[in-house]
Amino acid sequence: MTARVNVLVCRDLRRSFGDNAAVKGVSFSIAEGETYGLLGPNGAGKTTTISMVTGLLERDSGEVFVDGKPLTTISVDAKRGIGLVPQDIAIYPDLTARENLIFFGKLYDMSGKALKDRVAEVLEIIGLTDRADDRSDEFSGGMKRRLNIGIGLLHKPRLLLLDEPTVGVDPQSRNAILESVEHLSDQGMAVLYTTHYMEEAERLCDRVGIIDLGEIKAEGTRRELVQLVGQRDRVRLEAGGSGEAGVGALAGLGYVKEVSVRDGGIEMLVENAGAWLAEILAKVTAAGVTISSVDVEEPNLESVFLHLTGRALRD
Amino acid sequence: MRQAWIIAAKDLKLRVRDRSAFIVGIIAPLGLAAIFSSIFNPIENFDFSATYAVVDQDGGLVATQFVGGLEQFGAGAEIIKVATRKEAIDLADVEPFTSGEGVDAAFVIPPGFSDAIQSDRPAELEVISGPGGVAASVAVAFAEQFASEMTFARIAVASYESLGGTDDRLSAGLRALATPSPVSLEDLHAANKELAGKTFYAAGLAIFFLFFTVQFGVNSLLDERHAGTLRRLMAAPMRRSSIVLGKGIMSFVLGLVSMVVLIVATTLLFGAEWGNPLGVFLLVVGGIVSALGIMGIVAGFAKTAEQAQNYSSMLAVILGFLGGTFFPVGQAGGILADLRFITPHAWFMRGLGDLAGGNVADVFPAVGALLLFGLVTGAIAALGLKKGLQP
Repeated sequence: MTARVNVLVCRDLRRSFGDNAAVKGVSFSIAEGETYGLLGPNGAGKTTTISMVTGLLERDSGEVFVDGKPLTTISVDAKRGIGLVPQDIAIYPDLTARENLIFFGKLYDMSGKALKDRVAEVLEIIGLTDRADDRSDEFSGGMKRRLNIGIGLLHKPRLLLLDEPTVGVDPQSRNAILESVEHLSDQGMAVLYTTHYMEEAERLCDRVGIIDLGEIKAEGTRRELVQLVGQRDRVRLEAGGSGEAGVGALAGLGYVKEVSVRDGGIEMLVENAGAWLAEILAKVTAAGVTISSVDVEEPNLESVFLHLTGRALRD
Repeated sequence: MRQAWIIAAKDLKLRVRDRSAFIVGIIAPLGLAAIFSSIFNPIENFDFSATYAVVDQDGGLVATQFVGGLEQFGAGAEIIKVATRKEAIDLADVEPFTSGEGVDAAFVIPPGFSDAIQSDRPAELEVISGPGGVAASVAVAFAEQFASEMTFARIAVASYESLGGTDDRLSAGLRALATPSPVSLEDLHAANKELAGKTFYAAGLAIFFLFFTVQFGVNSLLDERHAGTLRRLMAAPMRRSSIVLGKGIMSFVLGLVSMVVLIVATTLLFGAEWGNPLGVFLLVVGGIVSALGIMGIVAGFAKTAEQAQNYSSMLAVILGFLGGTFFPVGQAGGILADLRFITPHAWFMRGLGDLAGGNVADVFPAVGALLLFGLVTGAIAALGLKKGLQP
């Protein structure tokens, strides 16, 4: 088996704005054909990290290599290998979709037939061939988002950075965007995908870095990360009566961990909830608690984030 | 560099597409020039006339030459009437003439004036006039011209005698030269030159609106930041200076096109006389460079496109008024006449004034001043723009 080449290597990136340390020693790498997710809530440091990785923002310290080439804010060569899809839609509304693509293609030294053909190809990928010559200010939000992505793809970058590309997108367009991204890594592109949507990270990313308060708290595949919370299922019982009595009844059981009353219900982590659920319900009912509903959630990245930071992704 | 041209071409396409360049750069100045020209038109129909009083309390040779020169100044053109009174008169009696009784200014030649000049002693010639206006400026300029010719002649005599010249007849001849030669309007101090009416308004509004046109280009950097496209441009494989250069090229082209269209249109439609095309071209280039620098400062230090728009509009209007694009500030006299030269507008107008009837070399001082404006303000703008080029 051949080891895949790292397209992006970041080492100990740091950046402060005044007294606020936005990024505190972030390191990660992405291999060709790999999709890496930076998962964290708003304000976690995702966009600042992306800005340093693209050479938009001066870093206080640390190193970035793209395809083995060192990257700074004044790099020209290393930037050729990067495609950026900013969080905010960054297109010219007075230009058509085709004109937008041609303009940015030229900035990446593309020209002539090669540019024309690639523009047509990208329009096909993003599903805007029929609207190619319409001004982009006439597009829906989802179409603008797709054009936003198309510009990033145009010059066939070795590394594509997508900064929360589905924010504010309708479900249909969102699915189209996710499908597009899924195909990119198949073409050997390294993809850095930032999001605060756990399900997007789980669907798209080979590896995920969980970032909070400017630090990567944990990194790995979904399986590796989930193991951090011990493969425990999260069980929530919507309860009437004294929740504390229910907690007391469950506290001594070996397979029940971290049981507590939260938002009027009883929450707990249970090893293999399917096997023990009936017994749990019996003990809680016997303690005088009326159960109105039961919710069992297998471990996911949301649980991991909660486990690592003590708060939910959308807090 | 290639990327700078690509950015400039894209911006030009956007400006043409949203028609803003046509409106601000061509239609508005043309329309206003036509309105101003037809309503006011005060200098085109120059018909300058003035009545000057000369109170000759001296009656000597030099005083007589002065009065003769003044009369000759207006002769033929019938533009100046000179009334002389030779009897002794109190200065207080003259002042009413200059403020409301048909006399625009009065020259008071004190007793002993001629003797003082002929014996190399200081002499004083007093000009009494109202608060300003063309006639007063002409009177002052005439007196200054007379004084400078006196000084020149004195120096000639002194030089001849200091070099051991002993020929009394030659000395006398030189002293005889110490009388004013006829003074023409062209001899007046260059700072008081103004353009003819239609040309004045065409040129004034062209340079005034040039700042708005250039502002479009420079401020588009802030528009890019607001739209988020600046992040994409900064992530592209090019130097950041290419982005600024692209905006500069676009502004320059936009400014140049609008000025050329205006110059051609005002020449054909209104009969404006701009002067030697090469000289005009140099002035236009200087004007655009200075506008780029000044508007660049605003774009560099403003936080938002809206703020930049407000600041640059305000600045363009203030500089335009101060620089005399709407009315000939130079003829108002006083501090405004000097202060106007802190604006590129005044240098542009001055350059066109110098060019009228002159040759291309006459615009070099004005072009130099305009380029200097551009250089200094451009350097300051570069600092701000460097700071402003952040994602």
